[in-house]
Amino acid sequence: MAKPGIRLPGFLREFGIPRLLIAVFLVVLFAVAVATHMDLRGLISDSIVRVGRNGILVLALLPAVQGGIGLNFGLPLGIICGLVGAVISLNAGVHGIAGVGMAAGIGVTLAIPVGAGYGWLLNRTRGQEMMVGTYLGFAIVSMMSVFWLLAPFKNPTLVWAIGGRGLRTTLSLGGIYDKVLDRWLTFTVSGVRIPGGTLVVFGALCFLVWLFFRTRMGITIAAARSSTRFARAAGISDERTRVQATVLSTVLAAIGIVVFSQSYGFVQLYTAPLLMAFPAIACILIGGASVTRATIGHVLVGTFLFQSILTVALPVTSQVIQGDISETARLIIQNGMILYALTRIGRT
Amino acid sequence: MTSGAPALELRSIVKEYEGNRVLKGVSLSVRDGEIHALVGENGAGKSTLMNILFGMPVIWETGGYEGEVLLGGAPARFHSPAEAMDAGIGMVHQEFMLLPGFRVAENIKLNREPTRPNPASRVLGPKLESLDVPRMRADARRALNQVGLGIDEWIAVAGLPVGHMQFIEIAREVDKANLKLLIFDEPTAVLTETDAEKLLAIMRCLAAKGHAILFITHRLDEVLAVADRITVLRDGEVVGTPDPKATTVVRIAELMVGRPAAVTAQRRFFAPATEPVLGIENLNVDMPGERVEDVTLAVRRGEILGIGGLAGHGKLGIANGIMGLYPGSGRVIFDKALLPLNEPRLALERGLAFVSEDRRGVGLLPEESIELNIALSALEAHGRFLHPFPIQPLRVVDHRAMRAHALEMIRALDIRTTGPSQQVRRLSGGNQQKVCVARAMTLEPRLLFVSEPTRGIDVGAKQRVLEILSALNRDHDVTLVVTSSELAELRAISDRVAIVYRGRIAAVLPPDAPDADFGLAMAGESAKAA
Repeated sequence: MAKPGIRLPGFLREFGIPRLLIAVFLVVLFAVAVATHMDLRGLISDSIVRVGRNGILVLALLPAVQGGIGLNFGLPLGIICGLVGAVISLNAGVHGIAGVGMAAGIGVTLAIPVGAGYGWLLNRTRGQEMMVGTYLGFAIVSMMSVFWLLAPFKNPTLVWAIGGRGLRTTLSLGGIYDKVLDRWLTFTVSGVRIPGGTLVVFGALCFLVWLFFRTRMGITIAAARSSTRFARAAGISDERTRVQATVLSTVLAAIGIVVFSQSYGFVQLYTAPLLMAFPAIACILIGGASVTRATIGHVLVGTFLFQSILTVALPVTSQVIQGDISETARLIIQNGMILYALTRIGRT
Repeated sequence: MTSGAPALELRSIVKEYEGNRVLKGVSLSVRDGEIHALVGENGAGKSTLMNILFGMPVIWETGGYEGEVLLGGAPARFHSPAEAMDAGIGMVHQEFMLLPGFRVAENIKLNREPTRPNPASRVLGPKLESLDVPRMRADARRALNQVGLGIDEWIAVAGLPVGHMQFIEIAREVDKANLKLLIFDEPTAVLTETDAEKLLAIMRCLAAKGHAILFITHRLDEVLAVADRITVLRDGEVVGTPDPKATTVVRIAELMVGRPAAVTAQRRFFAPATEPVLGIENLNVDMPGERVEDVTLAVRRGEILGIGGLAGHGKLGIANGIMGLYPGSGRVIFDKALLPLNEPRLALERGLAFVSEDRRGVGLLPEESIELNIALSALEAHGRFLHPFPIQPLRVVDHRAMRAHALEMIRALDIRTTGPSQQVRRLSGGNQQKVCVARAMTLEPRLLFVSEPTRGIDVGAKQRVLEILSALNRDHDVTLVVTSSELAELRAISDRVAIVYRGRIAAVLPPDAPDADFGLAMAGESAKAA
């Protein structure tokens, strides 16, 4: 149905109304922060830190969307691969950037077969990818909780102090590789501290993914997403391209959680990965992606908008209304955004 | 309806899509009891005009239109199809809008059912009134009689022949009490010849009863047969309103394309002694609706072989089977080596290419740009348009080369577009077909299958596509196998024409063979000839 209502100028319509509302909300939050004499530099710095921390997890969604499996609600699969890598590297006691590298390396190695298996499953449940991903994620997270409890890790800094068996729920990275990437190449611009290393890693991965979708394989994946029958006529197996896309998504999620953990300073196990797909999905959607189309630009814009709101909302609201609505705001924006995107399926 | 004012009047309609003026002040009127034919090439603006008349959302999403629409003398501006329908515009679509599981009468009266009050409806409102089935049947019966369809009004629509569905659609529109204008949008495109004639007769009959009819079609002989007035659109402008009694198909075609429509270039007929480049032996293809059974056929190097036959007899299955799109069995020898079937990739790599009859589904990525559509198959099969890099899988697409090639193709094939990055779905049918041909050419095939090259595209583009195919064969030495439902077209460009009947080759004829021979072969009544 046509609605001859308010018409926005072209560039604003391009930007999209949801994005516009969220950007305005963010500007308002910053304005309040300035008005109440808060540490604006600190807030901006925190926002940027969180962009670097979460960015790769958001980026991990892009190949899935481009490959035609939609928003990858099965992100926890890749995250768990990365966590296993992290725990193994911690158990071996590898410090610094080498530790991060080892964790990511092991994570990626695990993520390739896991992603392939997940892709195989998604090929058998076509049309239900998002639902299947969600529940597979839930199931695997619970299964891995048993693993964390029974896994034969012996390093006393990792296992429960009492009993000496089973990994702790939260492993501190202090003194091991806490913020190594954030500190590496860190610099300050007019009082705002920028975590150079993490952003460099995030930027490099963005570039690589961008480049990948300009190679033959990348274009093939995107073409198969666009039209299965076209792909078949061009001799492309769309089942294969979907698996390739799923593997790439899972691998990026594994790297993403390692980078997340070093920046956060803790490795969170057990049920922590359970809901990690949701904020990432909200980010890419706020950036302007749809269930069938996403770009690096959507990843960058979305991550910045969403993470900045989370950073600024807490201190600002506690200043203004003596209470914390940041978690409430997060849940409304995050789930509202996902809901909005789902209602848009099938439209342009 | 007021007597003086025309049923429909359009006054200087102007419409722009993203700065591109597709309608430049179109005016026309349809009087009661009149059939007004609207003809024009694809992309001339017919669909846009219909979208405006029918209040389609796409018009409002792209900034509305200028000009006036008057219905029965009163200004009208529709914001949704529902408004247009309420105002008395009836539309008979190309694709059927019928509920297959519902009965004929239910479809005709859908959402306008006569009802009777019952106790529940007295309490809870008229939405719960019972259906007045006898009246529904009577109304439907009357409407069906008007369109001359003798079927029982109480059977389900599912399973009825295509022709019947078209007539049920018309019956549904005719049954509407406030009908002021009936629009037929390419109604005969999917009908057999007899059904098409019947439909034209009904249109005349409806007009005689006082209905105003706007008739959109590609088939110019139909226009001359039924229209009282004709409006020819070209590039968004009315270029002529020839009097149907004093004009000819050729004259209308000329108006539509803006240049005299030359008869397709005559072929030099091929010297019959050349060696075969493609040998097909005992080919079976399991393509639903176009099954191929035991076809044996040789294609000679450098020729244009036409494959004709009636719909459903399997002519389309041959190319689809060899290219591996539908499961096939048998022996196919290409260039002296066995070609494995059911392997689309291998067929492409061996130098075969295919322009599919299913442009939107198989032939194009409608959401993607023209340049990507043109380059994609060659990129995929031969690794063209990639920057050099030692490690094969890491080579990145060379956008500049892709763009340059697309521009060259746009120029060579005269693709009407705003630029190589335009989405393919925004092109008209003829231009989409040219993109399909461009992609096949980019593969630099030695043998090219082209199925239904001119289906659903207008006169001017038809001519252009056929010329392109001829030139491809002549100048680039590509052997062509052209499958088409239009025999005249096959005979114009082919060196030989094979006629398929019930999945088998009924005859291979020279294009200048008498019409009777073709007729007999299509009816399956001739032994193998020539």
